[in-house]
Amino acid sequence: MIKEYKTIREIAGPLVFVEKTEPVGYNELVQITLPDGTTKRGQVLDTSEDVVVVQIFEGSGGLNREASVRFTGETIKLPVSIDLLGRILSGSGEPLDGGPRIVPEERLEITGAAINPYARLPPKEFIQTGISTIDGMNTLVRGQKLPIFSGSGLPHNEIALQIARQAKVRGSQEQFAVVFAAMGITNEEAQYFMSDFERTGALERAVVFLNLADDPAVERLITPRLALTAAEYLAYKHDMHVLVILTDITNYCEALRQMGAAREEVPGRRGYPGYMYTDLASLYERAGVVKGRKGSVTQFSILSMPGDDITHPIPDLSGYITEGQIVISRELHRKGIYPPVNVLPSLSRLMNSGIGASRTREDHKPVSDQLYAAYAEGKDLRGLVAIVGKDALSDRDKKFLEFADMFEDRFVRQGMDENRDIETTLELGWDLLSALPEAQLTRIDDKYIQKYHPAHKGKEKKE
Amino acid sequence: MNAKGKIYRISGPVVIISGLNTRMYDVVKVGNEGLMGEVIGIEGDKSTVQVYEETSGVRPGEPAENTGMPLSVELGPGLLESIYDGIQRPLPVLKSTMGDFIKRGVFANGLSREKEWDFVPVVKKGDKVSGGSIIGTVRETQNIEHRILAPPNVSGTVEEIKKGKFKVDEVICTLSGGKNLMMMQKWPVRKPRPVGKKLMPKTPLITGQRILDGLFPVAKGGTAAIPGPFGSGKTVTQQQLAKWSDTEIVVYIGCGERGNEMADVLNEFPELEDPKTGRPLMERTVLIANTSNMPVAAREASVYTGITIAEYYRDMGYDVSLMADSTSRWAEAMREISSRLEEMPGEEGYPAYLAARLSEFYERAGKASTLCGREGSITVIGAVSPPGGDFSEPVTQNTLRIVKVFWALDAKLAQRRHFPAINWLNSYSLYSKALGDWYNENVSPEWIKLRNDAMELLQKEAELQEIVQLVGSDALPEDQQLTLEIARMVREYFLQQNAYHEVDTFCPMDKQYRLLKAITVWGNKAHSALESGSPIEEILKSKSKDDLAKVKFEKDFEGAISAISKSMDEEFRKLGGR
Ligand SMILES: Nc1ncnc2c1ncn2[C@@H]1O[C@H](COP(=O)(O)OP(=O)(O)O)[C@@H](O)[C@H]1O
Ligand SMILES: [Mg+2]
Repeated sequence: MIKEYKTIREIAGPLVFVEKTEPVGYNELVQITLPDGTTKRGQVLDTSEDVVVVQIFEGSGGLNREASVRFTGETIKLPVSIDLLGRILSGSGEPLDGGPRIVPEERLEITGAAINPYARLPPKEFIQTGISTIDGMNTLVRGQKLPIFSGSGLPHNEIALQIARQAKVRGSQEQFAVVFAAMGITNEEAQYFMSDFERTGALERAVVFLNLADDPAVERLITPRLALTAAEYLAYKHDMHVLVILTDITNYCEALRQMGAAREEVPGRRGYPGYMYTDLASLYERAGVVKGRKGSVTQFSILSMPGDDITHPIPDLSGYITEGQIVISRELHRKGIYPPVNVLPSLSRLMNSGIGASRTREDHKPVSDQLYAAYAEGKDLRGLVAIVGKDALSDRDKKFLEFADMFEDRFVRQGMDENRDIETTLELGWDLLSALPEAQLTRIDDKYIQKYHPAHKGKEKKE
Repeated sequence: MNAKGKIYRISGPVVIISGLNTRMYDVVKVGNEGLMGEVIGIEGDKSTVQVYEETSGVRPGEPAENTGMPLSVELGPGLLESIYDGIQRPLPVLKSTMGDFIKRGVFANGLSREKEWDFVPVVKKGDKVSGGSIIGTVRETQNIEHRILAPPNVSGTVEEIKKGKFKVDEVICTLSGGKNLMMMQKWPVRKPRPVGKKLMPKTPLITGQRILDGLFPVAKGGTAAIPGPFGSGKTVTQQQLAKWSDTEIVVYIGCGERGNEMADVLNEFPELEDPKTGRPLMERTVLIANTSNMPVAAREASVYTGITIAEYYRDMGYDVSLMADSTSRWAEAMREISSRLEEMPGEEGYPAYLAARLSEFYERAGKASTLCGREGSITVIGAVSPPGGDFSEPVTQNTLRIVKVFWALDAKLAQRRHFPAINWLNSYSLYSKALGDWYNENVSPEWIKLRNDAMELLQKEAELQEIVQLVGSDALPEDQQLTLEIARMVREYFLQQNAYHEVDTFCPMDKQYRLLKAITVWGNKAHSALESGSPIEEILKSKSKDDLAKVKFEKDFEGAISAISKSMDEEFRKLGGR
């Protein structure tokens, strides 16, 4: 049934045009054998009675019209079994660790069908990462997709690893399984992740897919899909809570742009394909919790903003899909503050459902709002001071100015192994807020001020 | 050419069929699995079809069949409380037939064929019935009477009319000439349903959101756009409108957005009470969820499905509001399909017909006297997601040319957690004048002045802020420092509103009026105290000022405000006494 064709008409970049085939299915997996016996894999992008367009994952290097093309009759699948845990695979799913091939329990479509919105359970389990700027002000919950928006040379890898090490749901001993997918990062960066996984024993509960900088760019288009398929399998078949780290989304998007250009498509903004939003959504939306299923898929991906520009199409379209973003700041990094999270443009859209009396603490939301407002005001004043000098400020304004400095120094800054629980984070927040005049705490209800403000705390009891 | 053809080419959601006799917008069943699609182009013997389902694995040569019908929705009892995908397939039905993930090739009726409804006729034998007239009623949910309408293109004399329990596809009425009517009717989504006469909107949609009702109101039957970068509050605002607006029916379209947001609505709406009726909000709501990862052709269709359902309830004489989050994703779906068709692109790759499609859509909003002689309205509120938050892009610009209300979201405000992050300097409402009479009669004759003064104050603040940026606030004269403080009160005590606070989430019109008035009174008293020599430091220490900050969180606002007014009088009397 499966036929081989030697009818390549044209090769253009990563695309191969094949003629005179039997009917070939859209998105079908293709195998190409070169005259020297090496094989490459590809996928059907466009199919008609006259010509079939195939994109080659390993790149078209070495390919010529002599090559033979085999259409497999099925779309791309990932062989899965519980033995995936602890394995290191290539960006197209081949073992890289010298271990055996995965004996499949099932072979799953890597495109993954959309979760029926009616089947979704709104995520609300608080994940404590131990990082104050996240837990206190941009809370992550199980089943969320919350990427790090960073820039070149910033410590996003350190932060991602710290989160992978520290993340836990309170009151549960269960550890996250980690699915890590590298897309176009350097070997050195990949090693950094791998050695941390090994050091902490995380590798046993991890599945790693590596597409490195010198691997073919087109392969990057399937790497995250393999990773998410593995994650869904572990979550929905084995009831695991899975943390997926995709890095770097920007490299993925560059590959997408490259493919678009090869297909001579009309480009959208800044040369990226018009369908990039939909394409990215097909990755990000694979996070979530499904009613009646125990496991979950949480995504904590890394995206480096070209030119530190948050309005660049890659962070922009991502931010429109993900449930918030953690923004890393070069300015804070230069000041020597780790983790240099700029809370102002950061956001967790699911924070409100993950916090509060029954989940973290009743004062969590107002404290967070107040910290935001006060820090924003303090930062504005820095700009003003640069022009008019500190003396022109009112006493009230001076307090806010000082607050901003203290906030960065004590709340934002913490050690790479410092794991703060949520109470510590909130106490720290109160401690900083207590330096402001009490009447300025307009975001906080009086009853919480009476209960948690250091100036009042415990007073009722004594009386 | 005939009723059966075969697939010639497949490229994502776009499939070309050869040898099939079609008309534009006919629904076609494509491939062995009969995937649903719609004809969007015809050239020679080839028809271009946009397919509403995933096309992986579909091959050239597979059959295609023309249903001969345009893409239509089923209208009748059972729409309320439903959640549909972009082509009106009920998501709960899809879940029960194919599990937690959306697979393809499943057909599902928009309205249940099993459920029986209690039909009460209002016409009798011998009555004349014309298009759009009411032939009977059904209690669809506890507070919504579903009026069964004769389809717009039908008329005649009633020969037989039934009463009792029926399914939506059973005959309940027979007209002269043998025309049978059922409770269900179908309507092609791309064709506006006819009305008697369009009317001028003159009643505001009361939303319970202070910045909207107070500064930039939309009329019932009006159009509004809410553009903003990600994270600025489009979705929360749309959901607030869906929750608290004083409208009778809500159609909420999640068009190419997040799955979890729809799950949230599904979770919350059955629990929340309609402030007017006390019944669960879900009982007045129809949800359409075609999330970002669901097929893009169905996303393109979702806004039409939604507006057609809205029109149907308007035709019964209801005030309907429709939220589309986000119209940009709809425009992008058009762009995606257009580029697969290799059409000549317009601005930023959008098809040249973008502006026309947008205005056709918003044109379906409006207040009207319907064919049944009642008045109904559709208010349309579209979210817009401009790339990079840049309002000069084509979707925002083309939308602003059409809509009458512009709520400009501002990333800077959102970053400092000033919500709703609607910029009070850039936003506008072209209805303010037309609604003036309503406010005079229903809120207070003072209201318009209070509001205009507040707007003026905020404008003044912006000017003063520019000076402060150069010299610092201490260098301003004291009366201007006071002006800044009063403007701050308006922003923080009045405009800021927390959607997640159980009381503040909804602010009745009367409370809005009392609160703004109290702030204004404080401001006037403070200015006179300053003029008569009280030191500004003393004025700013006012406790009643701090108390005003908390009024919005009080359920018993009347009590709170009258207490504050008393202490305010007292404070200023003392100050004046020095
Ligand atoms: N009225 C409001 N009250 C409180 N928080 C709000 C309000 N509007 C927006 N927010 C906050 O801003 C976040 C982003 O809002 P959202 O409507 O999802 O933005 P968008 O749809 O524009 O991307 C929300 O998750 C919420 O935390
Ligand atoms: Mg949104």
